[in-house]
Amino acid sequence: MAVDTVPAPVHDTSPAPARTERSLTGLWFALPFLLIYALFMIWPILSGLWSSLFNTSLAGGDVEFLGLSNYAELARDGAVWDSLWNTVWFTLLSTPPLVLTGLGMALLAHRARRTGWFLRFAFFMPFLLPVTVVALIWLWIYQSDFGLLNAAVGWFGGDPVAWINDERTAMWAVVLCTLWWTVGFNFLLYLAALQGIPRELHESAAVDGATPGQRLRRITLPLLRRTTGLVLVLQLIASLKIFDQVYLLNEGNAGPITRPLIQYVYEQGFTSYRIGYASAISYLLFLIIIVVAFAQFKIFPAGRDD
Amino acid sequence: MRTRVPLSLLGVALALLWLIPLAWAIDTSIKPEAETTRVPVTWVPDVFTLDAYRGVFTAGDVPLWLFNSLVVAAGVTVLTLAAASLAAYGFSRLDFPAKNWLFALVLAGIMVPPQALIVPLFHQMQSLGLVDTYWGMILPQLAAPVMVFILKKFFDGIPREYEQAAALDGASRLRMFWSVVLPMSRPVLAAVGVFTFVTAWNNFLWPFIVVSDPDLMTVPVGLGTVQSSYGLRYAEIMASAVIGGLPLVVVYAFLQRHVIRGVGDAGLKG
Repeated sequence: MAVDTVPAPVHDTSPAPARTERSLTGLWFALPFLLIYALFMIWPILSGLWSSLFNTSLAGGDVEFLGLSNYAELARDGAVWDSLWNTVWFTLLSTPPLVLTGLGMALLAHRARRTGWFLRFAFFMPFLLPVTVVALIWLWIYQSDFGLLNAAVGWFGGDPVAWINDERTAMWAVVLCTLWWTVGFNFLLYLAALQGIPRELHESAAVDGATPGQRLRRITLPLLRRTTGLVLVLQLIASLKIFDQVYLLNEGNAGPITRPLIQYVYEQGFTSYRIGYASAISYLLFLIIIVVAFAQFKIFPAGRDD
Repeated sequence: MRTRVPLSLLGVALALLWLIPLAWAIDTSIKPEAETTRVPVTWVPDVFTLDAYRGVFTAGDVPLWLFNSLVVAAGVTVLTLAAASLAAYGFSRLDFPAKNWLFALVLAGIMVPPQALIVPLFHQMQSLGLVDTYWGMILPQLAAPVMVFILKKFFDGIPREYEQAAALDGASRLRMFWSVVLPMSRPVLAAVGVFTFVTAWNNFLWPFIVVSDPDLMTVPVGLGTVQSSYGLRYAEIMASAVIGGLPLVVVYAFLQRHVIRGVGDAGLKG
């Protein structure tokens, strides 16, 4: 590592000399974090990759080198592809409403004067609830005999539905619960972006006779483009990682109907004790998320800067 | 002007709709058990009672779970702020061997989904003897590269002249960090702190995996066991959900202005 031969940056014209001399001081500052990072991020990535090549079990016992046969088994395992499809289907169903509702809420709350505090509270509040609380509340609402949702269906003359257990509605139930719980985060990102748009832009456009609808289409939405890029990629990644609410909503019933990929990893690793195989499935998800993230950097190249 | 009234009505209507699930949980928790399963459902209870809360606090483990959550979330927040801000300062202000390479490694970690690491991470916790401990819950949550990234970006925006003035007074690097840069970074430290605390408090998957001792369970993990242990006592289930969910909601109600401004200051708005 011949870094010592790199010349000092010439564009540094700050008056005080030797401000950024190369020394080990900075390394001491970074060391505590780097140690934790190496131990609990880098090491598990490498050891997971390593054990995906073995027949490793959490319970101990014989360890046998398998090469790529965990990956070959994964390719043949219908449960992997079913749960991957559930994950992708959930992502496709949940992302558009989560982004659009977040945007709509931010526009409404940004515009509101006297009710602004109330709107910001109501829209963001569910995001602060632990997933278990969210699941308990929604299981209660979806309850088929005396749940609130079926009561509402009844008022409109419909028949009760077994929201969680019926395979036609199970995924929609998960999407609705997730929308309620997490849209607040997207709402907050959009609201912060709206507050960053200079008021003068709207005022001068209004003076020129632009209607509110025109100002929304010509000024606000174009200026929110980068935020939309950020929200979209964060949302896609978050949806691909879905596990908690499905696991808690489905405990004991619906099972494979909505089982996402991480739940299958969990079952293989912690119920069947197959570390090597569970690791191999993890890397499939890992790969998909990296591809989505890179695709976003291509589509919105400036999305992260500034 | 014509559009203002309907739009604000729409906002309020949507906000009320968004409050229904929580209101329904609170409503159920103050009913006597017999009324919770009545059809058709009632919004105004015939009898108002706090029996369910009394039941949860005397028989349940909810107070213990709240304590465990506080220990874990406070531990994660304090240690994340310490480790990430020190590292961010080093990367922002100092030059050291392999710095760019190390920072690229940290940035790459932002894309790693922690959920995909649960199996090898648990395996490692077994070999370190940290399964069923507070440290087992806390330590992996400290490896949060995005916090280093956010803090470094903020530090980069603070003019170096402030530290040069301190340097003339003979201050060490650690002193400049502690007495000059940190006090100027309060808004971003608050945003990172609040966000870390909420994430750690509400984390389900990792504590669920690394802890099986009921005495160490956090609120999200413990509440996951409520459904089966309370059987069909819906008022008590909803009372524990309300107790487990309300602390952060109440705190947020008082702090929301700072949280929203902090998100802007932290550069998260994109």
